[in-house]
Amino acid sequence: MNEDSTSGAPRGGDLVRRHRLSTRLWHWTNAVTLLVMLMSGLMIFNAHPRLYWGEYGANSDQPWLEIGSNRQGRGMVKIGPAIVETTGVLGVWKNPEGEVRRRAFPWWATIPSDYSLADARLWHLAFAWVLAVGLLIYLLLSLLNGHLRRDIHISRAEWRPSHIWHDVREHARLRFPTEAAALRYNVLQKLAYAFVLFLALPLIIVTGLAMSPGTDAWASFVTELFGGRQSARSVHFITAFALVGFFLVHIVMVLLAGPINEVRSMITGKYRLPKEKGDA
Amino acid sequence: MRDDEQLISRRGLIRAGALGAGGLLLAGCDKLNSSAGFRGVLQSAEKLHMGSQRLLGREALAREFAESAMSPVFRANGNREVADTAYRRLLDGGFAGWALKVDGQVARPLSLPLAALQALPQREQITRHDCVEGWSAIGKWQGPQLSRVLDLAGVSDRARYIVFHCADRFGSTPYYESVDMVDALHPQTILAWKMNGQPLPEAHGAPLRLRVERQLGYKHAKYVMRIEARETLDGLYGGKGGYWEDHSDYAWYAGI
Repeated sequence: MNEDSTSGAPRGGDLVRRHRLSTRLWHWTNAVTLLVMLMSGLMIFNAHPRLYWGEYGANSDQPWLEIGSNRQGRGMVKIGPAIVETTGVLGVWKNPEGEVRRRAFPWWATIPSDYSLADARLWHLAFAWVLAVGLLIYLLLSLLNGHLRRDIHISRAEWRPSHIWHDVREHARLRFPTEAAALRYNVLQKLAYAFVLFLALPLIIVTGLAMSPGTDAWASFVTELFGGRQSARSVHFITAFALVGFFLVHIVMVLLAGPINEVRSMITGKYRLPKEKGDA
Repeated sequence: MRDDEQLISRRGLIRAGALGAGGLLLAGCDKLNSSAGFRGVLQSAEKLHMGSQRLLGREALAREFAESAMSPVFRANGNREVADTAYRRLLDGGFAGWALKVDGQVARPLSLPLAALQALPQREQITRHDCVEGWSAIGKWQGPQLSRVLDLAGVSDRARYIVFHCADRFGSTPYYESVDMVDALHPQTILAWKMNGQPLPEAHGAPLRLRVERQLGYKHAKYVMRIEARETLDGLYGGKGGYWEDHSDYAWYAGI
């Protein structure tokens, strides 16, 4: 998000430099990596589609979430006492050959599409390195080049509830910043990116590590911090869906804000500043 | 669609585009999944997994728990019974005539009856068993350390792997697993004959199972009949060091 230094104050309609190379590279690496992590993770979940709180948890213990099917062949999701029927999508579904399968997540949501815990682990654990090392390098670079301080840091004025409420109202009316104001992330954007960078991604990496019996031996405090291995597994799953939530909002915002301009800025780095409405 | 002239609606186009892109993505992933080259790249991460774990926690001990933390029911997995008639006769006789064979790269091949294993110094540990599928159970295990048995046999310096040959079978193939010397000599690696205060039940691998606490469940071979010290895993069935490794391409290093 650098201003174009050759011109004076940038105005609506100007083509400006918006995203650094490090941000663009990391963005697209992550887009691929997170999709692979999600889809291979859903396949791993299919091997034991139950989540527990605490250190242990297996078939005779009480899960807080279960995706399965009943004797009548209906698919269902159970969360605590609540049961939602999901036949066709979760628990019971048909594969492309039209055969009925009783697994939690359907073929189109998993890597690989045919059941294989071994193959899903192969993908998931290899791409985990890309995710973790990528995040570490990106955070270090962003600290050094000022990206975090300049673009993500939320100032005291931005933390004011009146300011946040104002931004919420503007978003609800689908009124996005224009002219030079569009050079800066607004406070809701900053909150969303800070949530992903400093909370969701570190949390999903750490809870992943906490599930490893090897890591648990030399870093037991991590597993204990979450209240046990099965709790860490539950938090891992919840965080994955928080990231899916971020992704959906992210895509909607890109579509609303002008997909071509937004996607171009994430590929080439150049961004056309939106003009004030009625500023033809 | 009501208006015949509007052949493609915007919504239809977006839907078709999303389905098309999704289909391509899935087909692409499945294609990569069956490409030997791509799998090789993914598999090379196993060296990183094992290397980083060994760097950070080579001698680390797995967590041990209080009795109050134990699972009320410990799930049995893999084979829960053994069909072999010789095994069933031994089971019926309380494994009176049974002996564990220790051979391969050792100075003194051994044949150790259950009583001999029980007479060795014992280690008791309450640990968490983590299945590759994702579930966990906490149980109490007792038996001699594998390192003591290997000492008795005078394991050779040339031995790099310890292989466990088991009585249970998947189809016609007997179960087998292996660990390297770091895990074989680890103090919590025991040959358990007792579980939760009772002799090991059949479902959990009677008369003897391996406990290798820093790895996932499929490494904890049950129904262990023979221990073999080897220089290499080449020539052991498919060469990948274990039944699931050879049969379904599970990772040999199962510490994560």
